[in-house]
Amino acid sequence: MSSEKLIYLDNNATTAVAPEVFEAMRPYLCEKYGNPGSIHTFGGSVMAEIETARARIAALIGATRRDIRDKFTEVIFTSCGTESDNTAVFSALRACPKRKKVVISAVEHPAILTLGKELEKRGYPVSYVPVDSKGRLDMERYEEMVDSETAVVSIMWANNETGNIYPIEKCAEIAHRYGALFHTDAVQAVGKIPCNVSDSEIDMLSLSGHKLHAPKGIGVLYVRRGVRFYPAQIGGHQERGRRAGTENVASIIALGKAAELAMKSIQDENTRVKALRDKLEQGICGSIPKAMVLGDPENRLPNTSLIGFEAVEGESILMMMDRLGICASSGSACTTGSLEPSHVLRAMGVPYTVAHGAIRFSLSTYNTEEEINFVIKEMPGIIAWLRKLSPFWKETPVS
Amino acid sequence: MWDYNDKVMDHFLHPRNVGEVENPDGVAQVGNMSCGDALKLSFKLDKDGRIAEVKFQTFGCASAIASSSALTELVKGMTLEEAEKVTNRDIVAVLGDLPEAKLHCSVMGMEALQAAIANYRGGKNPEGHEYDHEGRIVCKCFNVTDTKIRNIALDNNLHTVEEITDYCKAGGACGSCHGEIQDILDGIWKEKKPETHSSKRAEFMSLPLIQRVLKVQELIDNEIKPMLEQDGGGIELVDMKDNVVYVKLTGHCVACPSAGVTLKRGVEAVLRDCLFPEIVVESV
Repeated sequence: MSSEKLIYLDNNATTAVAPEVFEAMRPYLCEKYGNPGSIHTFGGSVMAEIETARARIAALIGATRRDIRDKFTEVIFTSCGTESDNTAVFSALRACPKRKKVVISAVEHPAILTLGKELEKRGYPVSYVPVDSKGRLDMERYEEMVDSETAVVSIMWANNETGNIYPIEKCAEIAHRYGALFHTDAVQAVGKIPCNVSDSEIDMLSLSGHKLHAPKGIGVLYVRRGVRFYPAQIGGHQERGRRAGTENVASIIALGKAAELAMKSIQDENTRVKALRDKLEQGICGSIPKAMVLGDPENRLPNTSLIGFEAVEGESILMMMDRLGICASSGSACTTGSLEPSHVLRAMGVPYTVAHGAIRFSLSTYNTEEEINFVIKEMPGIIAWLRKLSPFWKETPVS
Repeated sequence: MWDYNDKVMDHFLHPRNVGEVENPDGVAQVGNMSCGDALKLSFKLDKDGRIAEVKFQTFGCASAIASSSALTELVKGMTLEEAEKVTNRDIVAVLGDLPEAKLHCSVMGMEALQAAIANYRGGKNPEGHEYDHEGRIVCKCFNVTDTKIRNIALDNNLHTVEEITDYCKAGGACGSCHGEIQDILDGIWKEKKPETHSSKRAEFMSLPLIQRVLKVQELIDNEIKPMLEQDGGGIELVDMKDNVVYVKLTGHCVACPSAGVTLKRGVEAVLRDCLFPEIVVESV
């Protein structure tokens, strides 16, 4: 595997564990295997390391409030972003039992979107904030949807497919105006753009380790101090009873290290990586006819580019790219086994001619200019070949 | 990640017969952009009425492209009467196998072929297939009619909504038609099962094993072997379990690219005709 060339442009799906992160977590899988809940020094001393990790994550998201014992208790470790999302929404519904309404955006990750559908089945009225053709939230409709019956609003900080960044501070303010709790799924945002909860009215925030160079299987739920919280998982006293279950020590340490690295690399993300992303976009759209960038050009994550290629189908494109060792994703139907293009593209009203051929490139600080040049060089041939096969690519392609 | 076999990958990466036949005798396009796959097929006949030239253009995933390519290889040289009998199962047989959720790609191939033949015979609208216009639309997301669902279920012996979705996409998006699809399936199999399928099967299964084996062996020796020997091939009965007959292809069949088709359309068809319709033949 490692001898073959691999160009990994699928960092919104998952990221490589940073070597420093792996080194930091390794001892906790080997010699330091103690249980942080133990009385003996061997186990109990691990707790201090967990608290260091917690402090690093608190610093990354600006969760700077501490409790009387000087602990950053707003940060709760979970198993993944989805667990954090689910816990947040269910907790909010229990916190305000008299309110039933839930407001989410139409372009949420399935961790929230499918939960919304499930809540509808259980009798909760759920509203979905629409987006425009560039995937921007319809803030007017949003404000109409939130009212004094609304228990919780959950809107993602940044979209995984388009990379669009949403005006979360403003959304939180509006939710609070009506007394609703506000949660944000910040899985794609944390580590890529500055996220500061202390500047905002955000009540709860989810993040996931494997999107920022920590391993899979570790997540965080931030709960602002003073927000009523109901745990989803009941058992031992871990995480002060807010999330029972023996701590995933090695992964927690890893996430702490990853957060520390992200504080430094965020600068690189927003300068060098952004420049590479822009170069990739310009290179592809400049050399391939009827290729277009989807999403909001003004407010996007610096690493993400969603490009629609007319008259060709995404899975075919990805498989041709895969032969060259280039990894990316597609919003097309066929790649997932579902039969429809992604809900995000449909919510944006992207024409089917383009939606089926949308490819998402997502970079990280590990990508190089050489890799980007290679992709720019290879893409035109792939698209031209598939268009040659396509009955829709004629002298007059649909526009 | 789809688990495509080498044959599928070969047809995807090196598709045969791409393009459009000039002055075609028959041409048709099925599927459309909104569904995510479409296939345009055109053919020309020679003076004996055999398909001399056939070409395709496909918008779709790797298996859609591979299925189209396999279809053109399969039907080249066939008479229209032969081509008419080609089903999606034959296309899958050429490819060896397709992931379940991709079987609709092979159905699209069969539909394009039938529509192109209909176009040749009746000068029908080359933009659509008769299935698509007959009957009442059940799946609104993918515009699939009750007639099409019924035909596909019967052709492929499908019993669940999930299988219907794999073969023709119906029910694969909003899911609101699942109940109706189930009703259609219940209708078909309630009518069918007691009389035709199961009674013949039950009768056969009530025989002692040795007699069952002898019957199958007799059919293989008298009906199937002579057919294969014409092309230098051969066949041996290996085992039987329930409705599955395991055979070993020998001689020229071993390296023959159409061995899959032979198995399904030759061997399996004969056994189904003579014994009972649920028989499945597998090669070992």
